[in-house]
Amino acid sequence: MSTTDKAPVQDFATDFDHTDPSWVKDPYPIWDDLRQRCPIAHTDRYGGAWLPTRHEDVAAIAHDTDHFTSWTVVVGNGRPGEDALPPPIGVAPPITSDPPFHAMARRLLQPVFAPKQIDLYESYVRELCGKLLDPFVGGSAIDASLDYAEHIPVGVIAKMLGFPEEDGEIFRGFVHTILEAVDKEPEERIEDFQPVIDYFTARIEEHRENPQDDLTTFLLEAKLGDMELAPEHVFGSMLLLIVAGIDTTWSAIGSSIWHLAQHPEEVARLKSEPGLLDTAIEEFLRAYSPVTMARLVKEDMDYAGCPMKKDDWILLSFPAANRDPEMFENPDEVIIDRKVNRHAAFGLGIHRCLGSNLARMEMRVALEEFLARFDSFSLADPDAVTWSQGQVRGPRSLPLTLGNF
Amino acid sequence: MKVNIDSEKCQGHGRCFSLAPALFDSDDLGQGVVIGDGDVSPDQEENARLAQENCPEYAIEIEES
Repeated sequence: MSTTDKAPVQDFATDFDHTDPSWVKDPYPIWDDLRQRCPIAHTDRYGGAWLPTRHEDVAAIAHDTDHFTSWTVVVGNGRPGEDALPPPIGVAPPITSDPPFHAMARRLLQPVFAPKQIDLYESYVRELCGKLLDPFVGGSAIDASLDYAEHIPVGVIAKMLGFPEEDGEIFRGFVHTILEAVDKEPEERIEDFQPVIDYFTARIEEHRENPQDDLTTFLLEAKLGDMELAPEHVFGSMLLLIVAGIDTTWSAIGSSIWHLAQHPEEVARLKSEPGLLDTAIEEFLRAYSPVTMARLVKEDMDYAGCPMKKDDWILLSFPAANRDPEMFENPDEVIIDRKVNRHAAFGLGIHRCLGSNLARMEMRVALEEFLARFDSFSLADPDAVTWSQGQVRGPRSLPLTLGNF
Repeated sequence: MKVNIDSEKCQGHGRCFSLAPALFDSDDLGQGVVIGDGDVSPDQEENARLAQENCPEYAIEIEES
C-alpha cells in the first residue's frame, strides 16, 4: 500500500498514477477511456511518464529498442544512479539489457527455460499443488491466493535456484520491496534493498563453496565468450528470476481462479472438456494480463505526437493492449474458447518473457489440480478480494467458499 | 500448403508448437522451428491457420498451393 500521501488522480489523461486506489481496484475502465481520447496519456508524477493504451502503440514501443531503453523496467520516483550498471547491461540482465548485450545475456538463459527443460519440473509442481490443496478437501473455505497460488511459483523458483524451500517468506518480502513499494522515496528504497543483497550474497557464497546442480551454480559457471559473468550480472539474473518469476505467476493463477469462482458454468465446461483448458488459459492471460513493463526514453523526441523527454518513463501496458477493441473482438468479454488470440501478455519483441513456458505450465497444473479437487467454489465476499499495487496485477487475498451447490 | 517461420520475427512465444505440434517444434533455445520441409497435409491445414492467427509476432507465413 502507499506509504506517502499523494493527491488523488483528477484526470488519468494528464495525471495518471498506476498506484492510485481506483486503478488498483479496476484499471480497465480507465484504459478504455484513455484509449478513446488520448490514446497516450501523460503524468508529471515519477519525474514524467507516458502511458500508451492501444495495442499498436504498445507493440511499436516494445519493438523499438532504438528510442527506448530497458535500463530499468519498474517505474519509480528515481532513475538509476551513477553507480548502477549502465546500459546496455542494467541491473538485472537480460530484462534490463539493450542490444547488442541483451542477445548474449538472454541466449545464456534461454536453454534453461526452453519447453523441454520446463517439462522436467511438471511433476514437482503437481506434487506441490497437491500438498497445498489436500488439507482443504472436504472443508468449506480456502484463500486461493494466500493458501494456494502464492506458494506455487515460490516453490518452483526456490527449487530452480537451489535455495531452501522454507525461505519462501523471505522472497515474498523481497518481491514486495521491489515491485509494490514503488512510491517510496529513492533513499528509503535503497535502504530496504540491503537485506536482498545480503541474502543473495550468502546463497552465492554457499554455491561457490559447494556447487550444486541448479541455476545458481549454472550462473556462477556460465561464460560469455570465455569470460565468467561479472558478479553483478550473476546477482542481477538471480534477482530477475525472483522478481519476474513469483508475483507474476502467482497473479496469473489467482486471477484465473477469481474469474472461475464467478463462472460455475465455465468450471463445469472445463471439467467435461479438459482439452479446452489450454485455450482458456490463453484467454485468462489476455483478459487479466498480470504484467506491465516500463522503458525509459533515450533522447528528447516527438513520438506519435507526444513531446517525450530523455529519461521519461513509458509505462508499457501489455494488459491495456490486450483489451484494445481494434485488436480483439469483444475485448472485455472472457471467452474461454476464443480461437484467435494474439495476446501480448508475455510482452512483444526481444524481451518476450523468458519464463513464459514455465508460467504456462504452472498455470495449467495449478488449475488442473484445483479443478480436480473442488466441484464448486465461489467468492466468499467479492469485496474482500484485494489486488496488488504496481506493475504486476493479481489478487492478493481471494477468500473462496467451497462446497456443493 | 506450406508453412514457414520468419526467424527474424520469432521471439519464442511458443504458440505455434503448442497449437500445431505436427507442424512446429521448439529448438534448444525455445524458438519455434518448422518440422521437415514445412509441407502441410490437408488434415493439418486448420492447425496451420490456428498457429498463424495466434502468433503474437506475426512470424508465421503460409503459402497456399
